Amino acid sequence: MTEPLFAITDRPISVEDVMKKVMRPEAGAVAVFAGTVREWTNGKRTLFLQYEAYVSMAEKMLAQIGAEIAEKWPGAKTAITHRIGRLKIGDIAVVIAVSSPHRAEAYEANRYAIERIKQIVPIWKKEQWEDGSAWVGDQLETTAYPSGKPEVKEE
Amino acid sequence: MIRLLFFAHLGEQIGEREVMWPNVPETVKKLKDEVEERYGISLGRVMTAVNEEYVRDEAPLHAGDTVAFIPPVSGG
Repeated sequence: MTEPLFAITDRPISVEDVMKKVMRPEAGAVAVFAGTVREWTNGKRTLFLQYEAYVSMAEKMLAQIGAEIAEKWPGAKTAITHRIGRLKIGDIAVVIAVSSPHRAEAYEANRYAIERIKQIVPIWKKEQWEDGSAWVGDQLETTAYPSGKPEVKEE
Repeated sequence: MIRLLFFAHLGEQIGEREVMWPNVPETVKKLKDEVEERYGISLGRVMTAVNEEYVRDEAPLHAGDTVAFIPPVSGG
């Protein structure tokens, strides 16, 4: 397998290709997660998204998540591909595949991976609405920054 | 000299994604102060990576480092 397990790409992601990277005889389960571009968030309509990444560091952080999973769930193998650039509604933004000997670990580890992506991987999305756009700056997606930047919080 | 990278809204505010910074401040904190003053931006909620590793504000800087300012991430 020459394809890297952890990748940032500007092209459409094949779910099957990511899944195949982790399939092996020792595994009896593969959990696959696809994150897609949602049209409606809290009543507001998204037209499209623009994703940007610090590509080299993002790939390192994805690999780190894979290493964390291998430590927490021995026998689990992870592959993650995240897309950047302009994505339209319904496009796949990220695919996470985790294989493991039994299903419980694959499910748990896959969930762990998406939560960690939202914490440590330097990727950003910009929402384009009918009446404007903004970089999304928090993981609950409840606080976009109307001015295009975070509010200043003095400490 | 050090190389600075600005992402997401920071890149748009400054108008550049990459800037060569002529001097080498002792720490990330001092660099942040200088960058905030130079561009009139806030780095209050921004994480910093030096040579692709997250670091704290007290981390030292060295000539040739690449420093990335990383706003709250929103991948997935």
